[in-house]
Amino acid sequence: MLHMLFRLGVVAALLLLLGACERQSEVSLPGMSEALAPEYGDTFIEASIGDASNLLPVLSSDSASSAINSLVYNGLLRYNGQLELEGELAERWEVSDDNRILTFYLRRDVRWHDGSPFISDDVKFTYQLYIDPEIPTAYAESFSQVTRVETPDPYTFIAYYDTPYAPALLSWATAIHPRHLLEDTDILRSPLSRSPVGTGPYRFSEWVSGEKIVLEANPDYFEGSPYIRRVVYRIIPDVSTQFLELQTGSLDFMGLTPLQFDRQTDTPAFRRNYNKYQYLSFGYTYLGYNLRRPLFADRRVRQALAYAIDKQELIDGVLLGYGVAATGPYKPDTWVYNPEVMPYHYNPEKARQLLAEAGWHDANGDGILEKDGKPLAFTIVTNQGNDLRIKTGEIIQRRFREIGVDVRLRVIEWATFLKDFINPGNFDATILGWSGGPEPDQYNIWHSSKTAPGQLNFIGFEHPEIDELLERGRRVFDQEQRKLYYDRFQEILAEEQPYTFLYVSEALPAVSRRFRGIEPAPAGIRYNFQHWFVPAAEQKYTR
Amino acid sequence: MLPYLARRLLLLIPLLLGITLISFVVIHLAPGEPTDLQTQMNPQASAELQERLRRQYGLDQPLYVQYGQWLGRLAVLDFGESFAGDRRPVIDKILERLPVTILINLLSIAFILAVSVPLGILSAVRRNSLFDRATTILVFTGFAMPSFWLALLLMDWFGVRLGVLPISGLKSLGYEYLSFSGQILDRISHLILPVFVSAIGGLAGFSRYMRSNMLEVIRQDYILTARAKGLSEHTVIYKHALRNALLPVITILGLSVPGLIGGSVIFETIFAIPGMGKLFFDGVMMRDYPLIMGILVMGAVLTLLGNLLADICYALADPRIRHGQQTTGKG
Repeated sequence: MLHMLFRLGVVAALLLLLGACERQSEVSLPGMSEALAPEYGDTFIEASIGDASNLLPVLSSDSASSAINSLVYNGLLRYNGQLELEGELAERWEVSDDNRILTFYLRRDVRWHDGSPFISDDVKFTYQLYIDPEIPTAYAESFSQVTRVETPDPYTFIAYYDTPYAPALLSWATAIHPRHLLEDTDILRSPLSRSPVGTGPYRFSEWVSGEKIVLEANPDYFEGSPYIRRVVYRIIPDVSTQFLELQTGSLDFMGLTPLQFDRQTDTPAFRRNYNKYQYLSFGYTYLGYNLRRPLFADRRVRQALAYAIDKQELIDGVLLGYGVAATGPYKPDTWVYNPEVMPYHYNPEKARQLLAEAGWHDANGDGILEKDGKPLAFTIVTNQGNDLRIKTGEIIQRRFREIGVDVRLRVIEWATFLKDFINPGNFDATILGWSGGPEPDQYNIWHSSKTAPGQLNFIGFEHPEIDELLERGRRVFDQEQRKLYYDRFQEILAEEQPYTFLYVSEALPAVSRRFRGIEPAPAGIRYNFQHWFVPAAEQKYTR
Repeated sequence: MLPYLARRLLLLIPLLLGITLISFVVIHLAPGEPTDLQTQMNPQASAELQERLRRQYGLDQPLYVQYGQWLGRLAVLDFGESFAGDRRPVIDKILERLPVTILINLLSIAFILAVSVPLGILSAVRRNSLFDRATTILVFTGFAMPSFWLALLLMDWFGVRLGVLPISGLKSLGYEYLSFSGQILDRISHLILPVFVSAIGGLAGFSRYMRSNMLEVIRQDYILTARAKGLSEHTVIYKHALRNALLPVITILGLSVPGLIGGSVIFETIFAIPGMGKLFFDGVMMRDYPLIMGILVMGAVLTLLGNLLADICYALADPRIRHGQQTTGKG
């Protein structure tokens, strides 16, 4: 799911409904209201913290590669601005009545960047690539449910499933690879890794390692040539440097931090040159409790800790207000979100009371609660390099201390953090985040079959009803039906508090003012990039 | 001289082996594996994938087998393929980063020498004068200043406020369309800040070193003799004293040979320069063992050769050592 998100270039969603209303007036929303006719030309320059690793989508999992690949390749389907699946390489598709056969009718006017026609064999080849045991792809899982595929003619592709699998449609948004260039070659050493050939709106032009990647508009794109003639990804590893480059106008796009968005760009010069946007991003930050520890076995303790955390304080302190409180794994502006769950408003009294019920009292008067002579103390671990999580931990630490819970905070380098702490289950509690997408399936994170070392249910959460809801949820295609299951799923999570869901942050991009055609939607702003344009008089890069 | 050289070169081999063995073991001791980054915390990655990747990278073999295989490849100068997603040959990755790293380091050393040698001499000659004290404070300020902070200040000042220098990168966007002289100017303007920032920290050490050498030499009898002969102060300082004071500089230059291929991850990150420091740092973060080992081996070879070179140059430059060696003969 992470992959899909990056691939589609939809690293975000809705122009906020909640909390942001008063700020919205400051944020100018330009675009089609000026009713300019789109014009071709100009260059769009953005920066990436890291260099791309591999421009064959099957082999890459980093965000820089995915950002490039999303412009160079197409999937059969894609998300539109409203986060609905629509056809891309597929003109239309059918789901059989028993939900086990997906039939895609492909567009007939698509050509690879080298001029060869795109046909159903390419789709079949891509599927085989993803399930090939010799290809180390991080995305085999979504295709493992497919039992067989068929290509009755060059423009029809059929996938068969044993059991209905709702996330299946999404998996066909995966980038389709060119069979004629890859078949019978050593995929791991393919030249396409560094000079990709896709069907997408942009063609690969140049890659200078560690410096930049350049894409040129594809004049033969089946949806018409994109207006912006060139896209340049500069590799600038330091965000402060990126911000300085943005201020000199050398960059046309940057995702800002709350501090930059709120304070450092609040200048007339910046407002003259850039438009700022804000919308809730997919993903949330949470405090997860290791349920294998006796300390967290009692639900009342987890609930008490949830009451002791002031989520609004975290949002104001850490995100400068650019976020909303999370109550479950879904963000508030999606269809699957359940607004009825127990919200756990900050209430230290209630927290103390719940802990007392669970048998925790301050017997020796040192300010820390005890039970059977043992103090209520634990360690929260989080990974290095994420300042927001560390700050969150510090604020939580103080709030917990106020209700008599002694918490230490440990920050650990990422690889060590996973290897020695998370995977073996060697932690008390952790502050981490999940990013997600419009697809609500949460099987891998919450199902009790996913609790082995190295799997994603590393807190050891086991709940028969949740298991059943998750199994049902991924078998049904009907949104109304799915919502019933996932509403109940969110209710139980809120009740049980295996995680205390903390906040969903906002994406805060700034885009150079000369770009028009930007239409903020639930999917964010990048979903219609090929329709962005610069009026001829404002074009900056003429060559 | 030749047998001495041959013996020194032979001695390098076990030393190099020892270095690679220790490095190999140490980097494998670090928790986490190259496969982790690609598979962990990813709902789509299966346990089989992890195993498959480990097999492909040879990580399922015992450590001594892995070391043996690596050494075997190294013997034919094959550094192997990177474990990063692109699987490019390590040597390609290093070679594409090397020129800019060496260029900046050479410029930086030249800058350090050009500034700190005169500074050191003047400070020594005018010991405890106002000039001496002021330069001491200045160079130590430069030494103590965090380079990332200085870099950001300079970028903000010259790049954003004054707008006279580019902020980051090596070339401007329209570089291909510039005239030849324009291209040269573009290159130079991109190098000014990085070279200055990378040199500023080295000024303190080198100028203090130069100063104390000079003070040492001035106290020597032969300087007294030179003065007694009635030579001008200028001749005494710049002819007799300076030459001798410069001798230890050779050692330092020799020691900085490995530094030529090492970059600073901090200023490379800030200035968005694709150099060796960032390459190594990323390699370590991703546990890209072949890349890490490749860079370490090159560094080790250059360190050892640099030492050797310094010793040889020393002998060439200093008659005392040259003759000393001949009299001690085989020793």
